[in-house]
Amino acid sequence: MTLGQILLVAALAVPAVGAAVVAAVPADRAARLVGTAAAGLTLAVTVALVTGDQLWTGYGAPPAVRPWHQLDLSWVPGLDLRFHLGVDGISYPLVVLTALLTLLCCAYTVWKVPAGGGSGRALVALLLVVEVGILGTFLALDLVLFFCFFEVVLLPMYAIIAGWGGPDRRRAARKFVLYTLLGSVLLLVGVYVVVAAAGTADLVALTGGAGLPRGTQLAAFTLFGLAFAVKSPLWPLHSWLPDAHTQAPTVGSVVLAGVLLKMGTYGLVRVAVGVAPEGARWAAPVLGVLAVAAIPIGSLVCLAQSDLKRLIAYSSVGHMGFVLLGVATLTATGIQAALIGNIAHGVITGLLFFLAGAVKDRAGTGALAELSGLRETAPRLAGLLGFAAVASLGLPGLAGFWGEAFAVVAAIGRGGVFWTVLGVLAAIGGALTAAYLLRLLRRVTHGRPSPAVGRVAPGLAAAELAAWAPLVLLALAVGLAPALVLGVAADPVAALVAVLP
Amino acid sequence: MSVVQSVDSVALLPAYLAAGTAVLVLLTDLLVARAAATVAVAAAGSAATAVGCAVVGAGGERSTFCVGADCSYVFGGRAALVGALFALLTLGVLALSGPLLRAGRSPVGEYCFLLACSMTGGVVLGAAGDLITLVVALETLTLPLYVLVGLRRGSLASAEAAVTFFVVSVVATTLTLLGAALLYAVTGGLHLGRVGALFAERPDLLDVPLTTAAVALVLLGLAFKVAAVPFHAWAPATYDGAPLPVAAYLSTASKLGGVVALLAVVQRALPTEVTGPVLAVLAVLTMTVGNLVALRQRRAVRLLAWSSVAQAGYILAPLGALALAAGRTADARAAAYAAAVAYAVFFVVLELAAFAALVALRPADADGGALVELRGAARRRPWVGAAFALALVGLAGLPPGLAGLFAKVTVVRALLDGGAAWLALVVAVNAVIGLAYYLRVAALLYAPSADAPPVLARPAGAVAVALAAATGVAVVVGFAPQLLLDLAAR
Repeated sequence: MTLGQILLVAALAVPAVGAAVVAAVPADRAARLVGTAAAGLTLAVTVALVTGDQLWTGYGAPPAVRPWHQLDLSWVPGLDLRFHLGVDGISYPLVVLTALLTLLCCAYTVWKVPAGGGSGRALVALLLVVEVGILGTFLALDLVLFFCFFEVVLLPMYAIIAGWGGPDRRRAARKFVLYTLLGSVLLLVGVYVVVAAAGTADLVALTGGAGLPRGTQLAAFTLFGLAFAVKSPLWPLHSWLPDAHTQAPTVGSVVLAGVLLKMGTYGLVRVAVGVAPEGARWAAPVLGVLAVAAIPIGSLVCLAQSDLKRLIAYSSVGHMGFVLLGVATLTATGIQAALIGNIAHGVITGLLFFLAGAVKDRAGTGALAELSGLRETAPRLAGLLGFAAVASLGLPGLAGFWGEAFAVVAAIGRGGVFWTVLGVLAAIGGALTAAYLLRLLRRVTHGRPSPAVGRVAPGLAAAELAAWAPLVLLALAVGLAPALVLGVAADPVAALVAVLP
Repeated sequence: MSVVQSVDSVALLPAYLAAGTAVLVLLTDLLVARAAATVAVAAAGSAATAVGCAVVGAGGERSTFCVGADCSYVFGGRAALVGALFALLTLGVLALSGPLLRAGRSPVGEYCFLLACSMTGGVVLGAAGDLITLVVALETLTLPLYVLVGLRRGSLASAEAAVTFFVVSVVATTLTLLGAALLYAVTGGLHLGRVGALFAERPDLLDVPLTTAAVALVLLGLAFKVAAVPFHAWAPATYDGAPLPVAAYLSTASKLGGVVALLAVVQRALPTEVTGPVLAVLAVLTMTVGNLVALRQRRAVRLLAWSSVAQAGYILAPLGALALAAGRTADARAAAYAAAVAYAVFFVVLELAAFAALVALRPADADGGALVELRGAARRRPWVGAAFALALVGLAGLPPGLAGLFAKVTVVRALLDGGAAWLALVVAVNAVIGLAYYLRVAALLYAPSADAPPVLARPAGAVAVALAAATGVAVVVGFAPQLLLDLAAR
């Protein structure tokens, strides 16, 4: 095995073994520390994946997917399931983001275990299992393996929400798991529609359509599209998301918004568009309309929200609308916008959920009506909240800008009345994003301190700073130097767009 | 032509072993008259039967009782798998019966003897080559169960359950027999292979109305045995009234028997043009009704019973692909049969694990009880609770229950290979409904219990071993499903 293959296996094995060790260590705090160490090691391993050969040196026409490293082992030949892992420029940023957010969440849990009855040890173990599932989904280069990892995430995430969540957690957790399971069983049917027609589940071979008949591609894209639309979520299939986010514990919300939703958008790019490009071409207008509809609808719903976490949760619907609009254009610019939008949303919404959790824990309430004047009592927390909100509304120079701006640019660049109108509507929706985030800031940070906020102590714990600082820095770094993400993604996206019909 | 047949005793060895076990148990009970000795003999006998099946099955197909090319007893790969499974399930149920037998309300000798008889029927069933052998084997499998269900002294529920089961099952057998007789009238043959070949040679036979009636009667009679909707009404009442280990046997071994019989006639004898649509309808009804009704259950065994009705639907689903012409090519058919067998095996392993965990969590000689009585059980018995949750999640078909996930994948794959995407979608949607109630039970196991929890006794050693073994097998076939897929395709 080469070093790259060892790294690929380690990226999944380290958190898996870590979870088992955490479950086996009886002392609660020690177990949480072990889990954090495992998450840290995983981050180191995933960062090291960049060492691969990023230039394609081969004979003949280059394939549409050119992994830097890959590992291809037989697992269940009877089901066309191979243990085929690989990483390239499309998946690499998401892999690192997953490992980073999991590490931050584990570290945060060492400092503070959410109330709700469950032990911190079990929470860390579940976070690591979720990490295995998400990393596996991003690394899988076999359709069936992709599906298996897609399903791995469901129950641990359910347990996180149901075990450590808010007062209405059981209903929210059940809604989350049933909705997303519906998505993933459709994915299963789609996977075997493709496998039965193509005779292989290898994503490298399948990307570009692999000569699948048009009818199969349309059927497959419909199934994939629905599956990933539930996960992303695309309006109007989003209704599981606000409940799940609102009820989930802080770390659960961070992982959910930060990377779990990205499984949907990543799947849309890598699997749905890659495997069924004709289907994508056929369905792009529908996808575009729904994506653009989600932006103003999400923003308007946000304007009417009265709860801090619920508002941030709904904001994901609008942000994901931009990402999906980027994918729907099926152009290199659009897909790049989607990828950087993914990363930016993961970083910024992760930060926002951390901050919202901190505000809620300190003030004892998340109701906007009872929060005001946070900058008087906790100026640093208010400042960070302001930074995150401004980053989220897409201020140039911060991470949120690139994805949203270029999604609009891609839509208008696509030409034609239809796409131009979509682009304009998306831009108007983007302005509404600013409206609700500024409303959020006005309600929470400005004004005279409310009784709930009056009790808040000004200081921030070291653990909180440690968990938030990387996200703040990343939001700045990606904003100032988008090439961090776009640089690695440019070649794979160009290769993908080149095989689209 | 010689009147004396040569009999291949090696092929019959597993059946000898199983029947011998039953006789030995009876003798031990009579002569030694000690419960431990009787149970030990039954356990050793079932283990020997399992080994015998594996050894004989490893040596290639052997047949005996032949007339020309048609044989009444064919012991091949499928028969070995089925026989070994029956023997192992019997062993597992014997282990689960420990607390029940020690509680003293069921006579040990009779209990073990009946279980061994039932096992004999199962072992022969897998090898049956003609309709008479098939029905006799199936009845040998079922007949002892009527008594086992009602064997608890002084339990009215048991007696009611036994009568329900008896009446329904006898009617079902009559239907199957009548169907077999009509089939004989149409074709003049009883051997599965000969009937199948005749239908293939003379398609005009399909136009005879009697053929349709015969095929329908055989199928419906067997559908009762697998508790397929709309012939399922007996199952929940019977399972709930029976002692827990017997309910475990009913929902694993007895159901497997029905599936094996159904597969044998569908695969080898009956014309797929007729059976395919019937099976597709049965599968859709069975999984949908089973899952929807299971959503509303409040008692543990009833929930498992309805869920096993739904699971029978998933087992039948691959056969539903035969309804379409694309599903009737040789490859698609082979894939469908293999998928049905594979799903059935995945299912019985997980179901046995679930019942074993339930037995471990309940007091000796208790019934399954209400679901709320399981509240917080996993916090007090973490290992048993984890095994129970794993089995339930596996039955729902989700990781970490990888065995269940691959079972579901196998079925969907077979359906799409046969071009039956609509049926695959029905299976997919049903998996979502199924998760709703499996998850409810699993979450209940981990829910904090508000009032003072009843103290849970440590489960009996044999029960713990059975639970560990079933869970272990589920984990192994979860990570290496190819082992099972290879066996099922033989």
